[in-house]
Amino acid sequence: MSATAVRTRARDSASSWPLLDRVGLACCWAAGLALAAVAAAIVLYMGWKGISQLKPSLLVTHPTGDVDQSKAGGFLDPLEGTLLLTGLGILLAVPIGVATALWLVEYGRPAPLARAVESGVEIIAGAPSVVLALFGLTVFSSSGLSFMSFRASGADEAFGRSFAIAGIVMSLIALPSVVAAAREALMQIPNHVREASLALGKTKAATIRRVLLPSIRPGIATGTTLGMGRIVGDTAIVVLLLGNTLLTEPQTDVPVLGLLRGTGSTLTSYVYNNSPAGEGNAPDKAYAAAFVLMVLVIGLNALAARIARGRDGGPAWIR
Amino acid sequence: MRNAALAAKLRPRAAGRRLTRPERAELWLGALAVGLLALIAGMLVFVFRQAWPSFAHNGLSWFLPGGNANTQLADVYHSPADPAHYVYTLRAWPILYGTLLSTGLAVLFALPFSLLCALFMVEFAPPGIARLMTPTVRFLAAVPSVVYGLIGILVLAPWINDHLVSASFKLDVKPIVPIGGGGLLLATLILTVMIVPIMIAINADALRSVPRSWLEGSAALGVNRWRTWWKIGVRTARPAIAAGVVLATARALGEAIMLAMVSGSFIFAPNPLDGLNMLLEPIQPLAATIVVGAEGLSVKPYGQTLYAFAAVLLVSSMFLSIAGWAARQPMRRHGVR
Amino acid sequence: MDPLMPPPVRRISLDAPPTVVEPPANGNGAGAGAGRARAGAEPSPHAVERMRCEGVTIAYGPKIAVNRVDLSIRQGEVLALIGPSGCGKTTLLRSLNRLTELTPSAARGGRIALDGEDLDAIEVTELRTRVSMVFQQPNPFPMSVFDNVAYALREGASRRPRKPALAEPVERALRRAGLWDEVKDNLEHPALRLSGGQQQRLCIARSLAAQPEVLLMDEPCSALDPVSTTTIERLILELREQIAVVIVTHNLQQAQRVADRVAFMYLGELVEQGTSDEIFRAPRAPRTRDYVGGAFG
Ligand SMILES: Nc1ncnc2c1ncn2[C@@H]1O[C@H](COP(=O)(O)OP(=O)(O)OP(=O)(O)O)[C@@H](O)[C@H]1O
Ligand SMILES: [Mg+2]
Repeated sequence: MSATAVRTRARDSASSWPLLDRVGLACCWAAGLALAAVAAAIVLYMGWKGISQLKPSLLVTHPTGDVDQSKAGGFLDPLEGTLLLTGLGILLAVPIGVATALWLVEYGRPAPLARAVESGVEIIAGAPSVVLALFGLTVFSSSGLSFMSFRASGADEAFGRSFAIAGIVMSLIALPSVVAAAREALMQIPNHVREASLALGKTKAATIRRVLLPSIRPGIATGTTLGMGRIVGDTAIVVLLLGNTLLTEPQTDVPVLGLLRGTGSTLTSYVYNNSPAGEGNAPDKAYAAAFVLMVLVIGLNALAARIARGRDGGPAWIR
Repeated sequence: MRNAALAAKLRPRAAGRRLTRPERAELWLGALAVGLLALIAGMLVFVFRQAWPSFAHNGLSWFLPGGNANTQLADVYHSPADPAHYVYTLRAWPILYGTLLSTGLAVLFALPFSLLCALFMVEFAPPGIARLMTPTVRFLAAVPSVVYGLIGILVLAPWINDHLVSASFKLDVKPIVPIGGGGLLLATLILTVMIVPIMIAINADALRSVPRSWLEGSAALGVNRWRTWWKIGVRTARPAIAAGVVLATARALGEAIMLAMVSGSFIFAPNPLDGLNMLLEPIQPLAATIVVGAEGLSVKPYGQTLYAFAAVLLVSSMFLSIAGWAARQPMRRHGVR
Repeated sequence: MDPLMPPPVRRISLDAPPTVVEPPANGNGAGAGAGRARAGAEPSPHAVERMRCEGVTIAYGPKIAVNRVDLSIRQGEVLALIGPSGCGKTTLLRSLNRLTELTPSAARGGRIALDGEDLDAIEVTELRTRVSMVFQQPNPFPMSVFDNVAYALREGASRRPRKPALAEPVERALRRAGLWDEVKDNLEHPALRLSGGQQQRLCIARSLAAQPEVLLMDEPCSALDPVSTTTIERLILELREQIAVVIVTHNLQQAQRVADRVAFMYLGELVEQGTSDEIFRAPRAPRTRDYVGGAFG
């Protein structure tokens, strides 16, 4: 393009539009800028509060239930609780979710059953987490399943509360993201890939394991990170299923099982409990923990976005 | 190989026959999926069975106004230990009304706002700003609800209390209802901020997938950009927009912790006769009521009452799923999607 | 002609009674062999230049799709753009009402004028009401047939007309595009459920209803049967006196039937242009000869 000067794209000016259209355009700008302003306000405020209240020592000291904020300790236990619960929930959700997606896409028969499973997942996705938590609380305090539950020393009543139970219920809220992402990925694999594998004499099971599973790994990763984001950010389940403790309390000294049957807290329940709505009232600590929480969740979401990038940019991350 | 498959089909299924590996895989995967389904179905049955006594005792008046729901709930909580004398009396209208009001208002504000934001993002923002909008929306969607609640209760509620609540109004209603900063206004406001990003994301996605040829066809007729997007873009995206509204409504309905923090946590039906002051009156939506009352779950009638709230929530969310599905249908008429 | 000097423009409403030019049964002497199917083969003596391209270059990123094209588009005669697939016909056509600006990667150089006024100086929506386009792929809106045709009338007006007031112009546009008889019983039929050829005629009707001054038609007959093709060709001849018409076509017989002037493009360059007879009977450039010869040789 040597001699000719090439103009880049020119936009039309709104000045000749009818008044109503110009008003619409102005509203459009106003809405966009308002949204940006809200986001900026949250980032700045939480960043400022977080950075001014967060000391590294908070991350490694146990909380104490002290009324005096300066003596209330750090949030080591909630941090551990968050990690434990997230790990637990995701460990349950991913295999079940991927298996469900595989069955739905690759087998899916009898068809009515497949549709029922689909609607079931839909129901879980739509059910408020507090309802799931309530369900878990009652089911696991019933006598048959109470072995998983924490018991206060001396009391023989099971509360239906423990990390194990919270983890199981958490897996339910992560499940829809995993199923959706895995299904999406499976459906994007063109049929000739499956046919090619079958034509080589591989069985369907081998095709799934050797061909399909490896190629949907990015989809599973997206679903997993999104599910983790949901678990980390959920509060209702923790408040109901771990209770109002701050410290991690293993049920017995048995290393893993004792912890799973014990209770504790997570960052979300810590923030809730330290806000004026909860029992302790330590807003500074709540801000610091909320900052850490935000960084975690946003990190997870950014990660999911990164993994999902390059594939179709649909809003899979909304759930 | 085909013969073998045929033979396998023809042979009656012997009870103890060993399954081939592919069959086993299907069986396992299927069993897992069906197990999940059974769990979900079990949950539905369980919730409704638990909820039944509360509905059965009150009949349809469960859904109606009458008396003070706060004291009714307290009476349920303190019912005698003898199952024959359990108290279930409840008129849940103020809770339902508060839920409807906060959810409805939030969706009402969020819909036009999110639509404008999505249009801005997709078409009208200069490229530099448009690139910033996606991470912004993602950020707002990612912030955990408890953080929104924290900001609401520590920053906005005191501000509202100091600047918007008049002392005389506070004194007037003091015998009936405590007025702090938290209430309908704050709950609606934060709910709006929480559901707007979901709706923007869905709307923007829908607007982006409007076929370019239609937009170009409109532009080629000399229709300006705003009208083109409004008449062709938004019109085509309508089903997706409706689906977004449904999803956002479900999210707003199910929000518990944030609302427990900022809604004033006092069961009250804001009175339209109070004019704008109505917005300052407290509410306690369904999900928040469950969180607030969860400690009392071990008291049987109280627990069953909470399950009644849960059942209402579940039924609404199922209806919303169906509505979301139905919302995607109408454009089939025009052969779209 | 100085492009800045506005030529005398006759603005004739499309609603004026059409001056139908009936194709005679056989050609008049000169073009009998080639199947030239209409009288008045000579360009109208009072053709008026409406648009003018000077050194127009259009690139998609690094790829140059149209290279230094000079072209004059006149009212009173029909211009046909011909050339092999991918030679830039659509791109050139789209630049004539600045639709290329909707493609982010596209950039344009050179100048285009409408009635002597630089295209960039004209407000773009006004430009596009004056220069309208029928696309290569039929693109009816996802609305009823009626709403499609009424679209430009409704959205272009400052005050939204009522439906009864639209019935008449809609019917007229549909009639001229030869679609009326097929859709008159159900104007509420969804446009996307029409057949491909019906959609194509609907898009033509939609542009006609907008009453443009220049009509750009990108292969308007690609999906049409011979009868509908004749209808559209008649329409083009009718319009010729009222507005400037540019038509892109791969059908050289069609170009010969309707066009007064023909421009041959090859790989983005305008190889040759001239009257229909010049291009089809005595092409100067070897490329043109090859291309046209394929059809007639
Ligand atoms: N949006 C685009 N981005 C990049 N390149 C494009 C784009 N549109 C067209 N091109 C390129 O520009 C050249 C000209 O395309 P154009 O559509 O104008 O051809 P055409 O003459 O209309 O062909 P046809 O007869 O097949 O319709 C082609 O090589 C094409 O690959
Ligand atoms: Mg083309």
